[in-house]
Amino acid sequence: MSEVKEKEPLFSAKNLKLLTEPIDSRNPVTVLVLGICSALAVTVKLKPAIVMALSVIVVTAFSNLIISLIRNSIPNRIRIIVQLVVISSLVILVDQILKAYVYDVSKQLSVFVGLIITNCIIMGRLEAFALGNKPWPSFLDGIGNGVGYGLILVIVAFFREFLGSGTIFNYRVIPIDWYIKNGGFYENNGMMILPPMALITVGIIIWIQRSRNRKLIED
Amino acid sequence: MSLLDKIKSMDRNSNAYTIIYSSVMVIVVAMLLAIASTALKPAQTKNVETEKKIDILRSIGKANGVEHAANKYAFVSENFNKYIPEQLVVSSKGDTITGVVAFNVDLKVEMSKPIEQRNLPVYKAKLDDGSIKYIIPLRGRGLWGPIWGYIALNDDLNTIYGATFAHQGETPGLGAEISTPEFQEQFRGKSIFQGDSILTFTSVKVLKGGATPNDPHGVDAISGGTITSKGLESMLFDCLVAYQNYFEKEKNSISHE
Repeated sequence: MSEVKEKEPLFSAKNLKLLTEPIDSRNPVTVLVLGICSALAVTVKLKPAIVMALSVIVVTAFSNLIISLIRNSIPNRIRIIVQLVVISSLVILVDQILKAYVYDVSKQLSVFVGLIITNCIIMGRLEAFALGNKPWPSFLDGIGNGVGYGLILVIVAFFREFLGSGTIFNYRVIPIDWYIKNGGFYENNGMMILPPMALITVGIIIWIQRSRNRKLIED
Repeated sequence: MSLLDKIKSMDRNSNAYTIIYSSVMVIVVAMLLAIASTALKPAQTKNVETEKKIDILRSIGKANGVEHAANKYAFVSENFNKYIPEQLVVSSKGDTITGVVAFNVDLKVEMSKPIEQRNLPVYKAKLDDGSIKYIIPLRGRGLWGPIWGYIALNDDLNTIYGATFAHQGETPGLGAEISTPEFQEQFRGKSIFQGDSILTFTSVKVLKGGATPNDPHGVDAISGGTITSKGLESMLFDCLVAYQNYFEKEKNSISHE
């Protein structure tokens, strides 16, 4: 080990940072405000949100990896198209696999899997990172950003499903007798099911995050 | 090898390099996707078919427990074969059309044809107590996209035994309520004809402001889901109206037996 040229360990501090930064201080949703559209659309229930998060992680990680592998051969003038082709083929693959193996979830996600193609996070990471970095750091950066996006999705979906449907992972947590129609006192908040509340939930997350980490507040 | 070297030494910004690069990329990607699509097709078709069978079973209340079944596919195909012994395709004149499998009829295509040319699928269900139900597939338009469903009629071909509706993307909490058991339960016991006469087809109306409890042709609409409710109402009418002659013939043949 010591006689060869100093080789960077796979999980050096720098590489780990690529993985952890996008989860908090460089979160694509709450700090860079990318990928908001799908964050509103697929967060009514936890299960589709988690499948969506996993799909995005796979796509960001592998598109970053592939683009980074071929980054020196890509003609500069068509690089955006090349990136789009890589992203869309990966998304189509993911979509086909979901349709074959988790059909009910794929039905709930409907067009939003296809719309991962237009998710700005992915294109943004390819342009900003994968084109100028080695495959391994690019792969980690992809996973980090995917997880950062997915984490917000899952948090939002948790509150929306809990307050909007009274369930978590489709398991009832609010007893059925509590509901007004069964003689109780409780009613689901119908607003939580609609997209505006997802935006407000994201807003609350941003508020909490910035009051905790004051460096993120723009002047 | 020499060709590859030649390409490698090309100017990255020349037109020729760009064209070669994009052609190779497109071919590689097309091949990959074609392979994936072919390999996954059987599993996908099976899912779509199973889904359809679940919907059909649901209209006669025989899909309960499918969520918890260890093997969903086996559960569904077993119940489908058990409860739906016969399926047929009829014309709007009420004659049986041979050579077409009811299960494979694409309702989207049929609904765009004039009534006289439609292939109309009918599923005959036989329940545990021996009673026969007629299941009619439905398809129409909601607010944001297609809605569809199945309606099961008793053997008087008038009273509704059960109904199930599904949708592609109606508004959650509003139009999407058509797929809830609470909404679908309302259809049970309603009738599609007035009195005994087969000529008084009235379908079932989805009424805003609520139907009176004894109304045999009305159910409560969904508050805030007016367009979906209206779409559901016209779906019921448009689909069922084509079956009038078949219902009449079938009714006569039952009473002569």
